[in-house]
Amino acid sequence: MKRGITILAVVTSIMLCLALYFALAQPDWPLGTPTERTMGYVQRIFYYHVPSAWTAFLLFFINLGASIVYLARRSPKADIVALVSAEVGVVFCTVVLVTGPIWARPVWGIWWDADDIRLQSTLIMWLIYISYLILRRVSTSSLTAVVAAVVAILGALLVPFVFFSIWFYRTQHPSPVIAHGGSLDPHMAFVLLFNWAAFLCLAGLVCWTRYRLEIAKRQVEEAQALESLMETSP
Amino acid sequence: MSFLSITRATLEKDIRLEWRSKDAINSMLYFALLVVVIFSHSFDPTAEESRRIAGGLVWVAFLFAAVVALNQTWARELRNQVLDAYRVSPAPATPLFLAKALGNFLFVIILEALMTPLFIIFYNLRAVGPALQLFPIAVFGTWALVVNGTFFAAISLRTRNREIMLPLLLFPFSIPAMMGMVNATTAVLTGEYSARVWIAMLLAYDVVFTVAGLYLFESILDAE
Repeated sequence: MKRGITILAVVTSIMLCLALYFALAQPDWPLGTPTERTMGYVQRIFYYHVPSAWTAFLLFFINLGASIVYLARRSPKADIVALVSAEVGVVFCTVVLVTGPIWARPVWGIWWDADDIRLQSTLIMWLIYISYLILRRVSTSSLTAVVAAVVAILGALLVPFVFFSIWFYRTQHPSPVIAHGGSLDPHMAFVLLFNWAAFLCLAGLVCWTRYRLEIAKRQVEEAQALESLMETSP
Repeated sequence: MSFLSITRATLEKDIRLEWRSKDAINSMLYFALLVVVIFSHSFDPTAEESRRIAGGLVWVAFLFAAVVALNQTWARELRNQVLDAYRVSPAPATPLFLAKALGNFLFVIILEALMTPLFIIFYNLRAVGPALQLFPIAVFGTWALVVNGTFFAAISLRTRNREIMLPLLLFPFSIPAMMGMVNATTAVLTGEYSARVWIAMLLAYDVVFTVAGLYLFESILDAE
């Protein structure tokens, strides 16, 4: 276990350094990445924004899976996986929501587009998971894990409605057209995927470490509870 | 005892308690009036603009008033360990949830019925579109707020900051429903587009979250 984490940490550091280099390197540097024609240098935020979004959604999906497993089986490990993936997911989602407007302002001229489906659904998922984490923290119930799992499942049920409501609103209120997509230069695609791999390694490293921390914390709490029980009984 | 008889008994108990004390209704009513007055001072639109924004104003005011109501109805159950007595009894939890939701729904609908004329007066509102559609919008929209609100209020009972936890959970979940209610109301007031799809979306939202709430309530009620 310890060796696994060390190996992962080394791999993650190397990949993050390489990813940083690839993302920021000018085209004339060795192994540099081409600069985007219309947006210029600021487009490089894309290499952080998009992989963070993919990682955040993957982690939220893992949280949903762990919550369902927990409700079905009441396994404490599933609960810890749910907690860990929610915490790390919120961090990556915050990165998405911060880098998005920074990128949007020079490129689209506006910080925020209230009618964009992806922006709104990301924002709402972020809000739901922050409420989830606050609930976990302030809950005085002994079955916090059950309650949190229920909230996560309700959150998943909400997502289709968020998509539908904003999509339908757009059909009734046409918004400024914002061109997305077009094809991606193969070298840019490589940098994007490499960054995603690096972020996945980072997410895995943080999640794994947090998982072990949570297990240790719960063992300590149980031991303390048992000790105080022993002390009070005659 | 059957599901329906338990629901009816709990609902009757809540209505009787409320009728005798009237504390929730009175405070909610006055709170709603204050909200309307503050909004009318903060947003002072022309007649044309007011039709566009009134939908949003009205539903935000109703949302805040509903939160006040929701906090109160579950708090009542904690006094004299009423909730514990219910859990110890062989009655299933689901009719309790339904009865609470129906009771809250009734209070909030009464509140809306009393606040709407005030809004019409303060903002000089007149519906250009089919005004009858406002009834299904009110019913489905209020149920959307109340069914989730009742569920999250029950969750918030066992937290350190009970009163703030309910809005923290309810507001993100209500965003699609609020979009539906506000856009449907604006559609009816301005008459510029049809509210039908929004009403259908509200109905779908209600169905999904009512079923989910009924199914999952037992799990959270026992989270002692």
